Amino acid sequence: MFFSIEELVQQSHEYPSVAELMIATEIEMSGRTREQIIVLMERNLQVMERSVEEGVAGVTSVTGLTGGDSPKMNAYIEAGDFLSGETILMAVRNAIAVNEVNAKMGLICATPTAGSAGVVPGVLMACREKLTMSRQQQLDFLFTAGAFGLVMANNASISGAEGGCQAEVGSASAMASAALVAAKGGNAHQSAQAVAITLKNMMGLICDPVAGLVEVPCVKRNALGSSQAFISADMALAGIESVIPPDEVVEAMYQVGRQMPATFRETAEGGLAVTPTAKRLTEKILAKQS
Amino acid sequence: MEQLKYRSVFDIIGPIMVGPSSSHTAGAARIGKVVRKIFGEQPDTVDIYLYESFAKTYRGHGTDIALVGGLLGMEPDDPQLADSLKIAHENGMEVLFVPKQEKAEHPNMVQMKITKGDRKLTVTGKSIGGGNIQISELNGFKLSLSLGVPTFIVVHQDVPGMIAKVSQLLSNAGVNIGTMTVTRESKGEKAIMIIEVDERNETILEQIRALDSIYNVSYFG
Repeated sequence: MFFSIEELVQQSHEYPSVAELMIATEIEMSGRTREQIIVLMERNLQVMERSVEEGVAGVTSVTGLTGGDSPKMNAYIEAGDFLSGETILMAVRNAIAVNEVNAKMGLICATPTAGSAGVVPGVLMACREKLTMSRQQQLDFLFTAGAFGLVMANNASISGAEGGCQAEVGSASAMASAALVAAKGGNAHQSAQAVAITLKNMMGLICDPVAGLVEVPCVKRNALGSSQAFISADMALAGIESVIPPDEVVEAMYQVGRQMPATFRETAEGGLAVTPTAKRLTEKILAKQS
Repeated sequence: MEQLKYRSVFDIIGPIMVGPSSSHTAGAARIGKVVRKIFGEQPDTVDIYLYESFAKTYRGHGTDIALVGGLLGMEPDDPQLADSLKIAHENGMEVLFVPKQEKAEHPNMVQMKITKGDRKLTVTGKSIGGGNIQISELNGFKLSLSLGVPTFIVVHQDVPGMIAKVSQLLSNAGVNIGTMTVTRESKGEKAIMIIEVDERNETILEQIRALDSIYNVSYFG
């Protein structure tokens, strides 16, 4: 088992990849066989695929607060006239899709949480086309993301109630950027740099859900979190290094989460959740429920 | 090294679940499922007391649906979860939700009082993030149960030798005890053993059940 990103990178040198280190660690920690572990991850991947398809086709949440943005982005991409890149926009579309499905109580795979479930699958479903990844490479993407996610979860947090949105979408985006680097042929050190670069930009992001629901602003933060994963990955692949080492960045994120007032930790008592519009929407939703 | 909060890649990539919240929906379904397993059968009545964040947002997050789905034996990824209230009604399970005003030990906490005939069970559960849960009270017993590792829950009469008998069975089967919590209502009354073990071995369940002075044994693999 690895307890820091530094250890993760070091231990990965004894294996062909970070993904293989993760699989070996999982065998050791859980007592499951390699085959059982692959089957479980394949199941997760299939749920991710179905949630993207369902969301792109168009869904509306239980409250009606969110839904329908993924088909809009899909139509925009198909029209072919856009500012940023097609792969990034596909990731954005996919991430929105998963979180819209999540908001309507559809089936998703939490990565690392339900509120941040759009980023990793959204990025994977977009880059697998660009990089023409095999099924095994797609599973490796998830094992790599999971390896870096484990360190962040154990040394900082993946809960919005504990550490704000930086802990959820921040961690998810960092996991996706590390896995992207690996998928593009970068090494474990570069994946670690991508994690640091991503988390530094997400640091301080608060969790301020309107009406306490996993909808606004969660869906759009997943969209932007997935786009950022590509930029961080490209920066790391270009050889850009984080001045602050990855483990120190994770520790800083943990401390920022601890110092964050409860107002900004999933209580819906601060930030966007207390804007006049949010208050009006909250009243409307509560009235509908009772 | 301090105890790791997360030990598996599937704590991070997973679980597969019905949205929208890993703590408010998936965690709630898991709590319900654990309560059902401890009780061992479908209850007739269920009073559900919701605290803090659970009390404020349970409808929007489907916490109510998830808890009842769990009580019906459903997993967090069961597609029938959305219909659990209807299914409970059809199966004759009476459910009452009571959102509480007061503060609790944890922002996502629920207490369930369930009955069937003369049988009663009270359980308090917390949803601690990412779908992970903790059971903190069982029929008035304080405890800390996370079910991240194979666990036996043995409810028995508080008579001499029970711990020795149960641990002997585990020893005979080559099962190593990781942690063990023993507590009781009062001297000579019902007592409870919570045993977290290293090996996955369900076969000794029947042997423990066959011992004298045992009320109920559950295994979580």
